[in-house]
Parts: sequence; structure tokens; C-alpha cells
Amino acid sequence: MKQSVYSICGMCTVRCPIRVESENNEVTWIEGNPHQLDGALCAKGSAGVALLNDTQRPQQPLIREGARGAGRWREASWEEALDYVAEKLQRIKSEYGPESVVLSSRGGPWQGMYKAFIHAFGSPNYTNHDCTCGRNTHHASLSINGVGRKGFAYDIKNAKHLVLFGRDMFSALRIAENNQTLDMLDNGGRLTYVDVRQTMTGAKATRFFQVRPGTDYALALGVIHQVIKQGYYDKEFISNYVTGFDELCSFIEQYTPAWAAKECNIKEKDLLAFVEEIGEDRPNVIFHPGWNLARYKDSFYASRAMHILNVLMGNIEMKGGLFIPKGAGDCGKKGIRSIDCAKPDIKRGDGIGWKYNHFDKGPGLAHLFFNNMLKEDPYPIKAWIAMRHDLFSGMPDPEQQKRALDKCDLLVSIDVNYSEFGWYSDVILPESTYLERDTPIVQQKGLKPRLAVRRRAVEPKWDTKSSCEIFTGLASRLGLEETFPFKTMDELWAWQLEPTGYTMADFDEKGFIELSEEQVFFDRDKLDGQFKTPSGKIEIVSEKLDKAGLPSLKPFEAPEIPKKGMFRLIYGKVAVHTQGHTTNNPLLSELMPTNTVWINTKQAKKLDIQTGDLVELSSADRSYNATAEAHVTDHVHPEAVFTVHGFGKEIPRQSRSFMAGISDQKLMVGKLDEWDQAGGGVNLCDAFVYVTKSIRNTKRRVEL
Amino acid sequence: MKKYMIHLNSRRCIACHGCTVHCKVNKNLPVGPILCDISCTPLQKVGGIPKTEITFSACRHCEDPLCVPVCPKDAMIQREDGIVYIDQDKCIGCMACQKACPWEIPVMNPATGKAVKCDLCMDRLDAGLKPACVTKCTTHALQLVTLQTT
Repeated sequence: MKQSVYSICGMCTVRCPIRVESENNEVTWIEGNPHQLDGALCAKGSAGVALLNDTQRPQQPLIREGARGAGRWREASWEEALDYVAEKLQRIKSEYGPESVVLSSRGGPWQGMYKAFIHAFGSPNYTNHDCTCGRNTHHASLSINGVGRKGFAYDIKNAKHLVLFGRDMFSALRIAENNQTLDMLDNGGRLTYVDVRQTMTGAKATRFFQVRPGTDYALALGVIHQVIKQGYYDKEFISNYVTGFDELCSFIEQYTPAWAAKECNIKEKDLLAFVEEIGEDRPNVIFHPGWNLARYKDSFYASRAMHILNVLMGNIEMKGGLFIPKGAGDCGKKGIRSIDCAKPDIKRGDGIGWKYNHFDKGPGLAHLFFNNMLKEDPYPIKAWIAMRHDLFSGMPDPEQQKRALDKCDLLVSIDVNYSEFGWYSDVILPESTYLERDTPIVQQKGLKPRLAVRRRAVEPKWDTKSSCEIFTGLASRLGLEETFPFKTMDELWAWQLEPTGYTMADFDEKGFIELSEEQVFFDRDKLDGQFKTPSGKIEIVSEKLDKAGLPSLKPFEAPEIPKKGMFRLIYGKVAVHTQGHTTNNPLLSELMPTNTVWINTKQAKKLDIQTGDLVELSSADRSYNATAEAHVTDHVHPEAVFTVHGFGKEIPRQSRSFMAGISDQKLMVGKLDEWDQAGGGVNLCDAFVYVTKSIRNTKRRVEL
Repeated sequence: MKKYMIHLNSRRCIACHGCTVHCKVNKNLPVGPILCDISCTPLQKVGGIPKTEITFSACRHCEDPLCVPVCPKDAMIQREDGIVYIDQDKCIGCMACQKACPWEIPVMNPATGKAVKCDLCMDRLDAGLKPACVTKCTTHALQLVTLQTT
């Protein structure tokens, strides 16, 4: 029988709304929700069918038999696997205390459930992947605006100018945002793109700055200088809502466009022309403050500078600018209920909230656990549950992570795929794919907020379960039914919706529930109270940073120059892959089975490297190396080599991606300890690697 | 009389290869055959910005197709509206069509041992829908154009 359901894609963390058709429990068609995306879907979205049917994903629970990472598994029933995990957790809890268990996830709209589980268990140690993603941007926004990075969203469609610092949005592929940007360009808008290499985003831009790696902050400072000098800022907005402007003016004096141009390896006249465009286009100029800005040692300050530029534009809470995302309450409606449990009053194992007080206590910082684990300070960590979080693919230096994780008695991976962490773990609890699982209802804030839900399109193909079922199963074994009392998804959904007056049938027409028919804007003259800083104003100089001994306006320090024979390693994304999650997908690996190494033409010439040659990349300590084909181009900075993240995986059961290409994070030896002390992000672009032409380019054959 | 063609608005195309996969999934194709593809020219500076030209390629559905007469089983058929398609029941996988085509458009489907090519999703067209690549194009860059004589 033919069926059609509205759902939410799970191929990447954008989670686009989709409509899925199926027949006889086989998915036959996936498209973007016609009511929101007019059918639009990316390659990854369509390749969801290939994920569903892929036999190279775990098909039943697995319990490790050989050494960690040896790949010797025993197939287990769910009863056995959940009993095994629960018993181990109970034993660890009674011996070391509940805080000795860490649960990490990718984050996202359902993380409340994972967090509730570990809190109910008694541990404060919930964490997520954001130290390698948006933490710097998040903390930058908190320090200035008093709200996190999701405290503002962007009305790109109606903007006149979008400025992106290294945010390769046409590879990141948020479909709605991409279409908004293309609509803006179709309407004559401008797009300025800044990066160390050219990307598809830069290829669509009206202005492109190829900067020296690690100089985004310098460029932003030069722009602020010129914006202020030319008077291209909103004086009224600043006097109403902003403190610290005078301090900014005196600080920025030294950072002239001529200085910035020199630091960034760009032309001063281009920077000046750019600022003139801003002068024409303001206030509808959006400086995107970054997404994955876990890059350089000053990325937090670069992001702050981008936030400051938005403030100078006075573009907040307006059409074609930044807006405060609205929720149910802003539409005069009651919100949904969500599974929740208060955090136990115990020190976090990563030091957030007692050693480091200027960071968001919510998910803490995952990378700060490892050194503490090695020292058993403030207490031993004995178990790590990774909920769809591949630590070894996401964070630098997996071998160093393993040293800390070897102190654990239990490593559990809950994931749709085999992950690098999962392969090293003790138990794999295979999650059903997003096409086979239901998830709790979520609120999506925006100008027109919505309720959305993911609903299974087909029954699980193999013996897998949804994360909700997995946590409920563990909770019932651990006596945590108070937090997880729901026996079925229908019960949970009904409980979530009860205060709202809506029912599940209200999702049937469009796949979502619209909480407002009109766009909701706040009165721009009455924004007091929206900025949750100590002063209630937008603070260019932050008291909180002062208290942590950190400057609010930090002088620029030029990035290190690579030593001879070495290059700065830059990673990025591509439109057909979601990092390591999809590199083994049959239809996506067909499009891109391995990564390449981008190297500047002049540097390549010196090393006798041509496009197509195999090149060898080695970590600074030579403990990891791998080869991939060279892509020789003028359009990458000479100090850098670039490669797409997510490759170089070593999971034999993923035969398509096994040992294909280079793993950037394995090249980042020692980099777990190099992180932005002000923003909390890991400096993922501060690693240097050796690059040589590989000896494997030989054309000679000596065998028969 | 040729009635349809697919047009790429290259200003909106971001070379995400969505079309390639939308097509493959709709046709239930295994790894191997690719019926439509996107290609980018090497980056070249235009007005100081490295730019690329993006093109979409699939079967041209020629007005006078060379693949049709060469088929020994009359499996390659041109419809009234100009769509050239392969009758899968008749095809024996000899690939004469591929050799006859100047662009070698028909490809072997290893799952069936028969030739396969773009048929403009004629089943969808006949049902009042658009081809998979157009319907799901990530940025609405692909358009189905209905040709008219004036």
C-alpha cells in the first residue's frame, strides 16, 4: 500500500522538512516538504534511501569480544545488550558515583532527552560536539548580546548584502537559507565572501577576499575601523542599546584598512570599496557571525568583531537584518512539554562552572574532559556514552582521546552508523535511521514559529531501535522511569501537546503546526530586556570577560608562519557529504569516494606536484600519515593545504570508505590541548603538516 | 515533435549534485549508471572573483535520434512528444544505442543487464508531475521547459 508521511530529514544536522512516500515498507520517494521547501532536497537527502538499505550499518546490538578497536563483535539481542549496559552502569555508579559517567551527543533539538537521561542517572556530565563547532560563536554572542548564537536569526532574503567569513554555505547546504541567499542575489543583493580558498559560495559572491589563514579577525578590525571613520553606523541604535562604543573607537584607531590589508594579504583599495558598499547597503547588511568557527586561536574575537559589525549596522530586529527568533509565548500560545530533568548539583568533570566560569554550563566543553580523565581530577570518569557523536571523527587527535578513554570500564556508541568511536567502543546500540524512527515534537523558533515532528516512514529494516526507545529501555533498567514514564510514542506526543491544545492530527495537513500566520517582529524601539547581559544592553566591553581575566577588545596577533616543508591544514565541507556520517553511503561515495589535497600552484611547483599526483601528508610528530591526490590551484592560500573532512576512516565493515583519503583530525596531533581560552572552541585550523610528493606515483612495474 | 527540455539556471545552481542522486533514487539505480550530471569548469577569475561555469547534462532527446534506428530489438522508442525512452522488456543490453549516440548517453544498468537513460521521468510527466531532478532541485535552478512553436 502506498503511504505518504511528513517528516524531518536526518542526513545532516540541518534537519530539513521532508515528505516521504513508501510502498510495502520500502521508501520510494523523498522530497523537501512542498509547503516549506517547494520540494527542494539535496543529494544527501535523496541518498537517505541508500542509507536505509545499506547493509554496511549495524543491524543488531553488538558487544565487543576482542581488544578495543579490533573489530571482533558478538551479536546480541536488545534485552542482552541493554541489560549489559545497565548492569555496567549500575556497578560504576555504586563504585565511583554517578558523576563518573559522561554522555555526549551531536546536540540538536532532541538533546534535552539525552541530557535528561544522564541527569536522572545522577551525573552532571552531559556534553556535545559544539567545542568543535559553534562554541566560539555562541560564547561571542553571549558576551555581547547576552543571548547565545541562536538568540538571533537572519532574514537573508530581504537583505541587501550578506558577508560570510569562511562560512561556505553552499556546501553546508541549509536548503531554506541557500534559497534565501540566491533570492537575495536575484534581487540585486550583494554577497561578500572571505576565505583562504575559493568555494562554491565564493564563486557565487559579488566580492571575494582570499585572506591569509588566521586573519579573519584582522580583516574584521580593518572593516570596523573604516565603518566608524566613515560614519557608516547607526548612532541612534548605539545610543539606545549599546555600551562600550567609545572604548571600541579608541581601540580600533590603530587597525587601519592599510594595516588590515597587509595582514590579510589583500588590497587596501578592495577593503575600502567593500566598506563603501556597506555604507550604501546599511542597515540591511548581515555579517554572519560564523557557524563552525572552532578554527583559530582568535576565532572567538573574530566572531565578536562580526557581532559588533551587526551592532554598528543597527540591523537588529528588522526586515533584511537580524531578528530575535520567536517561540510559542511570543505568539500568545502555550508551548509544548519536553522530557527534562534538573542537573545534579555536582562539579562537572570538564571544569565548566567552577574552573571556567565564563562558559555556558549547558553542554560544557567535551575536549576538556580528556586531560581531567587522565589525572582523575576532579574524579575518575569510568563510562562514556556517545549518542550519535563520533568523538574520533569530530575532535582532534583520536589517539590521545583513546588514552583517556582507556581509563573507562564502559564505552557505548548509539548510532545509525558504525563510527570511529563506535568501532573502538564496548557496545554498539544501533539506532534506526531517521526514516524508521519517531522522535519527540520540537519547537522551531523563527519569525513564524512552528512545531515539527519526525515520523517513521517505514518499519525498521533490521533489529534497530529509535534513540527514544533506547533511552527508555535503559531508564527502565536503571530505575529512572520517573523521567522516562512513556511506554509508547503516542503517549509521549500526547503529553507534549497537552498544554497547547493541538493534537497529532494537526500535523497531518502540512507536516508542521504553524504557531503564527504572520511574521512576528518586536517593536524596535522597545528592545530593552531582550539583551540578557548584566547591564541589559549590548555590551561591547563585557564585565564577564573582565572577571575571567580576558580582554573584551583583544589586540590582533599575527598567526604563526608554517615552518619550511610544512603547511597549515585547513578542512571544510562539500555539498555531497555530511562529514564522516555519509562517506560510506553507496550513492554519495559514488559521487565522492575520497578527498583530495588542495595546494597552491606555486608551492606545488616547488614540490614537483601536479594535479592528480599522490601526495603524502604527515602529522607534525609523524605519528599519522596518509596519501591522497593533489588538486593544484591558485585559489588556495600558499601557506595552507585544504582537504574535505570526514575521510581517512578505518572501519573495515564500511568497505567503501575504509582507508579512503586523509583524515584531518588524525593529523591534528596534540591539538586537543590547543583551544580558545576565551571562546572554548578547539583551534581546528592551527595544525601544521608535512607535505611531500608520494613515492607511490611510480609508473614502473617490477612484478610480473 | 520535441515538446520538453530541461533548462539549468546556472545563476542559481550550486553544483550540489542533488539532481544526479534524485534521478538515481527515483529510477532505483545501483552504483554505476548516472543519467544526469553537473559539471563545473575550472575556476577562472572574472572581475577579480574566481568563478566557474556550471552545466547540466542528460539525454538531449534528439529530434532525429541515432540511437533509435540502431536498436536491433526496437527497444529504443521516440514518443509523439519527442521523449526517447527504452522499453525495458525489449532491451537485450547490447549497448548498440550507446555506440550510436554521439555523447554515449545510454549506460548499462548492472542490476538488470539492460541499457538505461533519461526518459524525462515520462511516468511522472504523464501523471502531471515534473521530472525528479526538476521537482527536487535544491535551489530551483532546474526547470522543465515546454517548447512552443510560434
